[in-house]
Amino acid sequence: MTPRNRNETMKSHYTDPTEIQLPERRTYCVLVDNEPGVLARIAGMFSGRGYNIESLTVSETEHEKHLSRITIVTSGTKAVLDQIEAQLDRLVPVHRVVNLSAKPAIERELALVKVRGTGEHRMEALRLATAFGARPVDATLESFVFEITGASEDVERFINLMTAIGLVEVSRTGAAAIARGSEGL
Amino acid sequence: MTDPNTPPETMTGAEMVVRAMRDQDVDLLFGYPGGAVLPIYDALFQQNSIRHILVRHEQGAVHAAEGYARSSGKVGVVLVTSGPGATNAVTGLTDALLDSIPLVCFTGQVPTHLIGSDAFQECDTVGITRHCTKHNYLVKRIEDLPRIIHEAFYVAKSGRPGPVVIDIPKDIQFASGAYSGPGAIEELGHKSYRPRVRGDRARIEAAVALMARAKRPVFYTGGGIINAGPEASRLLREFAQITGFPVTSTLMGLGAFPANNPQWLGMLGMHGTYEANLAMHGCDVMINLGARFDDRITGRLDAFSPGSRKIHVDIDPSSINKNVKVDIGIVGDCAHVIAEMIEVWKERAYEADAAALKAWWGEITKWRSRNSLGYRNSTEVIKPQYAIERLYELTRGRKTCITTEVGQHQMWAAQHFHFNEPNRWMTSGGLGTMGYGLPAAIGAQLAHPDALVIDIAGEASILMNMQEMSTAAQYRLPVKVFILNNEYMGMVRQWQELLHGGRYSESYSAALPDFVKLADAYHAHGIRCADPARLDDAIREMIEYPGPVIFDCLVAKEENCFPMIPSGKAHNEMILPDFSGEVGNVIDAKGKQLV
Repeated sequence: MTPRNRNETMKSHYTDPTEIQLPERRTYCVLVDNEPGVLARIAGMFSGRGYNIESLTVSETEHEKHLSRITIVTSGTKAVLDQIEAQLDRLVPVHRVVNLSAKPAIERELALVKVRGTGEHRMEALRLATAFGARPVDATLESFVFEITGASEDVERFINLMTAIGLVEVSRTGAAAIARGSEGL
Repeated sequence: MTDPNTPPETMTGAEMVVRAMRDQDVDLLFGYPGGAVLPIYDALFQQNSIRHILVRHEQGAVHAAEGYARSSGKVGVVLVTSGPGATNAVTGLTDALLDSIPLVCFTGQVPTHLIGSDAFQECDTVGITRHCTKHNYLVKRIEDLPRIIHEAFYVAKSGRPGPVVIDIPKDIQFASGAYSGPGAIEELGHKSYRPRVRGDRARIEAAVALMARAKRPVFYTGGGIINAGPEASRLLREFAQITGFPVTSTLMGLGAFPANNPQWLGMLGMHGTYEANLAMHGCDVMINLGARFDDRITGRLDAFSPGSRKIHVDIDPSSINKNVKVDIGIVGDCAHVIAEMIEVWKERAYEADAAALKAWWGEITKWRSRNSLGYRNSTEVIKPQYAIERLYELTRGRKTCITTEVGQHQMWAAQHFHFNEPNRWMTSGGLGTMGYGLPAAIGAQLAHPDALVIDIAGEASILMNMQEMSTAAQYRLPVKVFILNNEYMGMVRQWQELLHGGRYSESYSAALPDFVKLADAYHAHGIRCADPARLDDAIREMIEYPGPVIFDCLVAKEENCFPMIPSGKAHNEMILPDFSGEVGNVIDAKGKQLV
């Protein structure tokens, strides 16, 4: 076969090997039947096929229908992310899979942050918490536990600042996400 | 189905299993009893409408059900006990998952109150089989059992078919409850699982328009056509006839398009024909109908059919753009989509570009003349290819079903035995399970009592599920086991020759049994043949014998299976049978890392 100029003749699907597809982050909302083992099916599909889970949040959201809503933050190249969507959709107890990164959406996570410090450190922790909208939910004379809710990046920044002051430990949920506007899933 | 006014029938869980099978038109199941399924076996004992086939190993039960399902288009049913019964079934379940075979497998489980206590013969069946089934269920309440069974049959056979496991604890089998029929799922469908059967019309139209403009088209067909039923095969033939396009198929799709049709290019892929692979490499429009761009087909992905626009019809949305990115993906059942494609082609009065197609067929004819399936025959020793050729010739005109084990003999069977009808060829394609062929032959024979069923085997593979000869004997199933005995795990040996300097590590079949005596031991007839001149008579003897036969065909020991696309190479880099170089040098370091 004569060599062709890829762009002129056919759109070849095989990208130039020197061109690297950058991984991106994507958030999926998955509506599933809340039956035993459903989380194992989702998590097992990710591990079995070698995909990443950055965070996963799950809770029953419609009790009368036994429906759970799972928010999964994952990363990969576009081809991998599309394949993840198709593989999720293929699982029998999955009702819907929605790519929330493709639309305006809100993502929030919650963290409980324990900080130890006295004197000026303690005051500074409180000031920063106020700036971030974090609420003290426990206090001793030498420590605070703050509750912060926000986008992952904000939570991350708050934790970084607390590290400088005297971070003891953090407990964090994964992201919960919802699309903006009046429409439901 | 049932009158809503009549009160539901009350019965035990075990009786529900049998009743639900009957309502699902199951006439036959394969199984092996054990402590955790005794109530179901007792219910089976007290009825006559469903026949139970006792296998000798649970893996055999699943493969037999696969052979039954693949050759009949029905759902294969398996019943095994807890623990080892379930774990032994895992290979068969995985095989069925990879080849999209509809199965429902009932497994016994320890009583619910013992689950999690490491009880005798307890294992986490739903945990273990989650990854090797399309779906699975653990039944925890008798109220759920009838719904789950009917749902399982629905999931197994609809969409992309696959195996479904229902794990039933022993106390649930004894518990009694109200039975309900399959009406609900059949009328309303499943609440979350809703496979798409009809393709998107606009995409079908775009695909057909692309086909009409094609200058070098090729149909690349697969097991999806077989799964879509005989109507899909008929439609494929019609579509090929009205377009005049060449047709090739994967291993799983053989028989969907008749091998005696001049438009047939032979199988494609790693051991496919030169003309099929070069047509794939050089085509400008590829029409993939029910195949999945498996790595045995594509070879090196970045050199796979570089200049083509690709159309892909598949019932599983996740198959589209998984390995190969396509231009037009159509989610739907092959039979429905091909029917609509034909409709569009006719409605718009499309005609193939005759001049371009003539030139394309000219190229294909040149590739064909390379005779890539050729081999050097011998009068001294039986060449394995020759044995298959003779088997094909001597069984022509009969209703013949072929099953295989896995390895060289499987590829030779695919290359040299020609299939003109669907559902006559049962082989383990995706998983590549040695030991598949004999139980699958038993299943096929039960589905087609009038057919000549032959398991084309290797001497190594056959030993993996040899015990099923006993099943064949018990049910007087006249299956023929045709062993191409080269005293090697032939494909392993071939790869060792190609990749590892001919160091045949552990691939020699030492201490083989005497297969003729073994046949005798299994109440079967044994035949041995090593002489090409005597082969026809020996094959005739096998065909004519009214019971099961083990045929020990001693063949050339170090014959390689060619043509071959070496791992890591592209379709246009095949090794042909007249290759004269050093075979040890054809695969580069990168290719050696692949399987």
